[in-house]
Amino acid sequence: MTVGDSSLVPSGYGGGVANPQPANLGDILERVLDKGIVIAGDIQVNLLDIELLTIKLRLVVASLDTAKQVGIDWWEHDPWLTGKDSKLELENERLRARIDQLEQGDGQRRAVRSRRVESGNER
Amino acid sequence: MSVDGVGIWAYAVMRSDRAEDRTRGLHGVAGEAVRAVVAGDLAAAVGTVGLNEFGQDALRRNLEDLDWLSAKARAHDAVVSGIARSGPVIPVRMATVYFDDERVRHLLTNKRDAFDAALHRVSGRSELGVKAYADPKGLAAQEARAEEPVTGNRSGTAYLLRRRRELTSEEEAYRFAAGEADRIHRTLMRCAVDGKRKPALDKSLSGRAAWTVLNGTYLVDEGLIDLFMETVSALEKTTGRITLEVTGPWPPYSFAGDVEVS
Repeated sequence: MTVGDSSLVPSGYGGGVANPQPANLGDILERVLDKGIVIAGDIQVNLLDIELLTIKLRLVVASLDTAKQVGIDWWEHDPWLTGKDSKLELENERLRARIDQLEQGDGQRRAVRSRRVESGNER
Repeated sequence: MSVDGVGIWAYAVMRSDRAEDRTRGLHGVAGEAVRAVVAGDLAAAVGTVGLNEFGQDALRRNLEDLDWLSAKARAHDAVVSGIARSGPVIPVRMATVYFDDERVRHLLTNKRDAFDAALHRVSGRSELGVKAYADPKGLAAQEARAEEPVTGNRSGTAYLLRRRRELTSEEEAYRFAAGEADRIHRTLMRCAVDGKRKPALDKSLSGRAAWTVLNGTYLVDEGLIDLFMETVSALEKTTGRITLEVTGPWPPYSFAGDVEVS
């Protein structure tokens, strides 16, 4: 199949040979958990629906190391958690760092402390 | 094959002709060889799995384990996708497990008409996912920066004014992006048999910082996939601030379940 923009070419079924780039885990989970024909098996399990999974995942990724292992680092960009996306917050960050430097001569300590607080909030 | 300690994991339902060829060489969630269980004109792709890992209690526990879930979801999808390459398929939801082959045959026989209808619906069609991402925050920040002199006032009032401008332009950017998403969905529906808008994936799953304004999935006639893709390209060119991402073709996960099998 040929289309103008090569980035838009569908990459073939799933993560098979036709697809050098494995499909995004979220896309797969969304389909194999939430979709597909639902028939009663002999073994009954209540599958988490994708929204519950998401909540769960938020809890899981509260452990930063686990999250980094599975390649999830959204909290570093999520302004809701860090505010680091917005110019304003970046500026505040810089200003606070400068104040810290002026007051203590140590800009690093605050950064470490604030990260710990963020992960604590997620739990 | 009713042995203590094993269960039958179902991947997909298909027509029985060529079912053995279509499952040959595929390996499933337990690394097991995938095989076909046939009943009449239908077949199920199944694998024999140990109940120590895939039994009721084990499943309940394992589904909570993100690493386990990820690996098994990928394996399940790989089997379903492998079968989809060679013809129509109904994906079965992950973690549907039976006691033995006989129970699977029983299901195929009992629900034959529903499976048949579902196969008709998806034959010659594929599922394509289309997501639209917008970054109104970046846009809002850009506008705010443009309005402000470089050596701007850093007093409290200036801070509040700037914050309000940011929020307003962010809201406007979001409204704009949401309107564009509606337009994209409507246009894509015209080249699809069916389509669904799903809730946007949480950032923790999508791995993207930008806002997902559309998480759509479309059932497309295979002969019209090129047209569908060209439409996506054209749409992307006319929506400057929005990035479109296509995934698939997928097996018809989101459309096979429309037929009632209760």
